[in-house]
Amino acid sequence: MKRFYRRAIKDILDNRFLTAITVITIALSIMIASAFALFFINAGDMLKLWQKGIRMMVYLGPDTSEAARLDTKFRLQDMADVKEAHYISKEDALARLKGQMQHHASLLENLRDNPLPEAFEVILQPGAHDSESMQFLAERIQSLPAVTEVEYGQQWIGRFTSIIKLFSLAGYAMGALFFTATVFIVANTIRLVLYTRREEIEIMRLVGATDRFIKIPFFLEGMIQGGLGSIVGLTLLLLGYLSLTSHFAPGMAGDMFQLRFFSATVCAGVVLSGIMVGWLGSWVSMKQFMKS
Amino acid sequence: MTDTNDDAIIRMFHVHKRYGAQFALQGMTLDIYKNELLFITGRSGAGKTTLLKLLYLGESVSEGQILVDGMNLSRIPRKRVPLLRRKFGIIFQDYKLIPTKTVFDNVALVLEAAGRKPGMIAKKVKSVLRTVGMEERMDAYPPSLSGGEQQRVAVARAAVGDPKIILADEPTGSLDEEAAGVIMAYLDTFHTRGATVIVATHDKELLKRANTRVVQLREGRMWPSVPT
Repeated sequence: MKRFYRRAIKDILDNRFLTAITVITIALSIMIASAFALFFINAGDMLKLWQKGIRMMVYLGPDTSEAARLDTKFRLQDMADVKEAHYISKEDALARLKGQMQHHASLLENLRDNPLPEAFEVILQPGAHDSESMQFLAERIQSLPAVTEVEYGQQWIGRFTSIIKLFSLAGYAMGALFFTATVFIVANTIRLVLYTRREEIEIMRLVGATDRFIKIPFFLEGMIQGGLGSIVGLTLLLLGYLSLTSHFAPGMAGDMFQLRFFSATVCAGVVLSGIMVGWLGSWVSMKQFMKS
Repeated sequence: MTDTNDDAIIRMFHVHKRYGAQFALQGMTLDIYKNELLFITGRSGAGKTTLLKLLYLGESVSEGQILVDGMNLSRIPRKRVPLLRRKFGIIFQDYKLIPTKTVFDNVALVLEAAGRKPGMIAKKVKSVLRTVGMEERMDAYPPSLSGGEQQRVAVARAAVGDPKIILADEPTGSLDEEAAGVIMAYLDTFHTRGATVIVATHDKELLKRANTRVVQLREGRMWPSVPT
């Protein structure tokens, strides 16, 4: 096997220009596809974090009695997906609103009556933040007699989830496109090398070389190019990521959400994919060439 | 000639080779014996090169059968073609040396392809290059060599795998008389060591000096062999 590696490396060095073009093309393809993947991972993380912070606001009717309020609280606390239920009186609600509208406090000063309803702020159990569970829980709460409205930003969450799904689909499509394009680019590069060396290959055949002896160095060449391309692509992406985080991370909600790069395992997977792409490209061109 | 069929290393039975409607060889029936030095002669286009190509499956026969060292070439699977070719050492008319490989690497290729170990390869290649007087130039690249030197490298490559049969297609075609004599001397050496040597040539001077069987081809047909 050593001699095959030696031949493959010699071929790469003899065809530096073609190799460089292939490696750069693979690097760019890997970088673009990985950038998409990185975006989805971080967007997914962000969605999970936001969902964790979601609280359900359960509004009670204007004439709810003390007994009905207590009954509602006990019923809420008995529900499996509910972790805590805090009562917010009309006064507390107004105080909160004033706190949130400090610059427009005068608007609230002139109110004769407090128009805000009594409410419960419901904190959910950790496993109940997906949109289906929340919708189910909201419907159950809505059916309680004293409850007039349940609000948890359902429309916004639904839209955000749809956008993420759409981006994921686009990502898969682009990944497949880049994969195919890269395979053909590697195949064409190897084919060019094969054509420049067809006389040599013919001589090898004439002196008794097997197809395996001829093919293996080309497979190794494709795999090395694929591996190198993916390492270069990942490195470029990492540099871009570091530059982005150094500019924007301090402004983000530091402790709450942290942008992250691929784990070592995912990076290894990307490099392996690059190697596989290189092998596949070599295989495609060798198959056509050896037939002829 | 006292050789029997059992001594034949190559047997050709009614072999025809056609390119479209044009016959390159017609009705060739010929036995070539172990350790024989055989000359095949004829004008350009007589079918000498085609005959050699049929032997190592550079071309396939249109009709008839060829046996090489017991292998029937009509039935040989593609996978076993390299094994057939390792029975031959081939000297091509245009040398067919790889210009981007050194003399050493060109010769070593035969042994590498046969899966020999690197230590053995180095020893064997140096030895055969010494025999043809090219050891000093083993790091040179073919384009920097003269025609005679390139032909000597081609002879070394043909001989390095200790093949049973050496095929030489116009080995002296583009060489001066002295260089041609040197090449023939090397072929004689390998013949003396036990190889069957088949030389295709139209060089009349070479044939005059040959003291062995000569097969003559005319327009793809074999004329009676002419013992000299």
